[in-house]
Amino acid sequence: MSTDTDTEPTSTAADESLFTDVDLGWEHRKNRIFLAVIFAASMFGVVMLALLLLDVLTDLYVGVTEYNISLLEFFTRDGSRREELSGFRGAIVASIMLMIVTAILSFFVGVGSAIYLEEYAPDTRITRLIEANLANLAGVPSIVYGLLALAAFVNGIGMGPILLAGAIALALLVMPIIIVSTQEALRAVPDGVRNGSYATGATEWQTIRRVVLPAAMPGIMTGTILALARAIGETAPLIMVGAIFVNRMPFGPFDRFSAMPTQIYNWANEPSMHFIHLAAVGIVVLLTFMFVMNGIAIYLRNEYETEI
Amino acid sequence: MSTETTPGPDITGGAARGDLEANRRARRLLFGCATITVVTTLAIFFVLIDNAVSYFFGARATEILLGASLERTVTFTEFFTGTRWAPDHATPGHGVLPVVFGTIAITVGAAFVAIPIGTATAIYLSEYASDGVRRKLKPTLEILAGIPTIVYGYFAIAFINPVVLSPIAETLFGINIGRYSMLSGMLVVGIMTIPMVSSISEDAMSAVPDDLRNGAYALGATRFDVSTRIVLPASISGVFASYILAVSRAIGETMAVSLAAGFNANITANPFDEIMTMTAYMVQMARGTTAVGTVEYQSLFAVGLLLFVMTLTMNLLNDWFKRRFQEEYR
Repeated sequence: MSTDTDTEPTSTAADESLFTDVDLGWEHRKNRIFLAVIFAASMFGVVMLALLLLDVLTDLYVGVTEYNISLLEFFTRDGSRREELSGFRGAIVASIMLMIVTAILSFFVGVGSAIYLEEYAPDTRITRLIEANLANLAGVPSIVYGLLALAAFVNGIGMGPILLAGAIALALLVMPIIIVSTQEALRAVPDGVRNGSYATGATEWQTIRRVVLPAAMPGIMTGTILALARAIGETAPLIMVGAIFVNRMPFGPFDRFSAMPTQIYNWANEPSMHFIHLAAVGIVVLLTFMFVMNGIAIYLRNEYETEI
Repeated sequence: MSTETTPGPDITGGAARGDLEANRRARRLLFGCATITVVTTLAIFFVLIDNAVSYFFGARATEILLGASLERTVTFTEFFTGTRWAPDHATPGHGVLPVVFGTIAITVGAAFVAIPIGTATAIYLSEYASDGVRRKLKPTLEILAGIPTIVYGYFAIAFINPVVLSPIAETLFGINIGRYSMLSGMLVVGIMTIPMVSSISEDAMSAVPDDLRNGAYALGATRFDVSTRIVLPASISGVFASYILAVSRAIGETMAVSLAAGFNANITANPFDEIMTMTAYMVQMARGTTAVGTVEYQSLFAVGLLLFVMTLTMNLLNDWFKRRFQEEYR
């Protein structure tokens, strides 16, 4: 009764407004404009990426043709204060060495931590603290890792600005990435596999070492390579440990060094246009390294994804 | 009868005991690995505070605990309210405000670029794009996130500033801009944080249940209405989390801003001026020859501590938003 009298007049009013006030043409236009706007916004990033790559490649081309940068000499000479004598060999060697030392330092500890957190850790306060801390470490600016290495290793224990100090900073920086990706790889191993191993009387450690780890290895390798691809482009931590204004090629982890990104920074900061174009050539080399590493990681993922 | 064997300790018992022992050892070793991340965080705190203390009190925290004398070298008032930042000059200025201004200006400018574009991209990816388009567009944008920041710095110094901004500034405002400008720093940091906003926001938007969308469509809503009035509000905490992450990244961003925005610590409203961020100051100090124990060296850690605290606050905020978001659809 009462509902009838209540709703009757209002609903007709609403109905009328629904059919008279809504301008369907405007609604359609609004939709089309919105789609155009958000499509343009999506393309902005793509256009910027294209511009960036195009700019670097044109600068490389101009560098080779107008500034007579010989690619052969670029790859066979070390850095130099004199622009026409400056090359990239020392930086490439330093970066490769950094990658190797960083991988050794971070891989075992990172994978070990992930195994503990996924396979052993009881759900206690300490475990949760470690997990929360991991998320936080991933957000620490990379330059802070450089400060840590500078104060603790370069000056603290008197290591000096050597390659090993830079590798430690990079290893600490990529450790959270390796841990998180290893955790995901371990989680992807079905529990049935573990239980099958336990049923034969194997201990936790035997199960992990002989059954779980081999199954998770492709995922772990993928994550590690992606982490190293990120480390190879990191500049700030290396500058903080003092990897700058060094032109010699390093011969071991205890030599002073200048890696690819710091060498590029050095060149880009010079006022001379010749150095700017040297930087462009260096960037092409650096990006090639990164894309190849990413490619390997994607290949590994696609190749072994269905193994388990 | 013959099938019965007594499991002697030599056959299975001994081996099993050894296996258990190996298991225990592995467990302890792996726990040691896991604690390294905690040790890293503690070491960062310790190193930053220990060295920053020497900037303010003339002796490191460890030395003070061992009985070194205190002297106020830089007062907190001067540090937090002074407007001249030049710890390495003959007449030193210890006001951190100009470099904090630089950092905040770059962050706000980058947010104005990355947040609208990133959000719009996320809406397009999650509500409009076909599967094929999404599968191509998302990895392409993620390449943007993977490019080293030094390359963005180069992009700013070799393209954005001289080719894009310089002609605009000259023809419209008659200003001759130099090698560095605040605006190019803002743009370039904005561009590199777009994928962070778009990727995480898209995840949040895709997590909105289809029932909500279908309910709205059943009422006659258009796609525009569904995107802006249903999906965006429903995923807002996840979207905010992505904004905070992007802002946190912009605060800590180093190489792009030090190449794009320059090394001149001043507070200015002119976007074509050269400025200095906290991170750019640290890079500049590291480039010079800073001897251990000098004021310049100590100031590195004071600024580093401030930077660390700022990003830590952002990360905790981000964490809080994410937890709120996770509670909503479970």
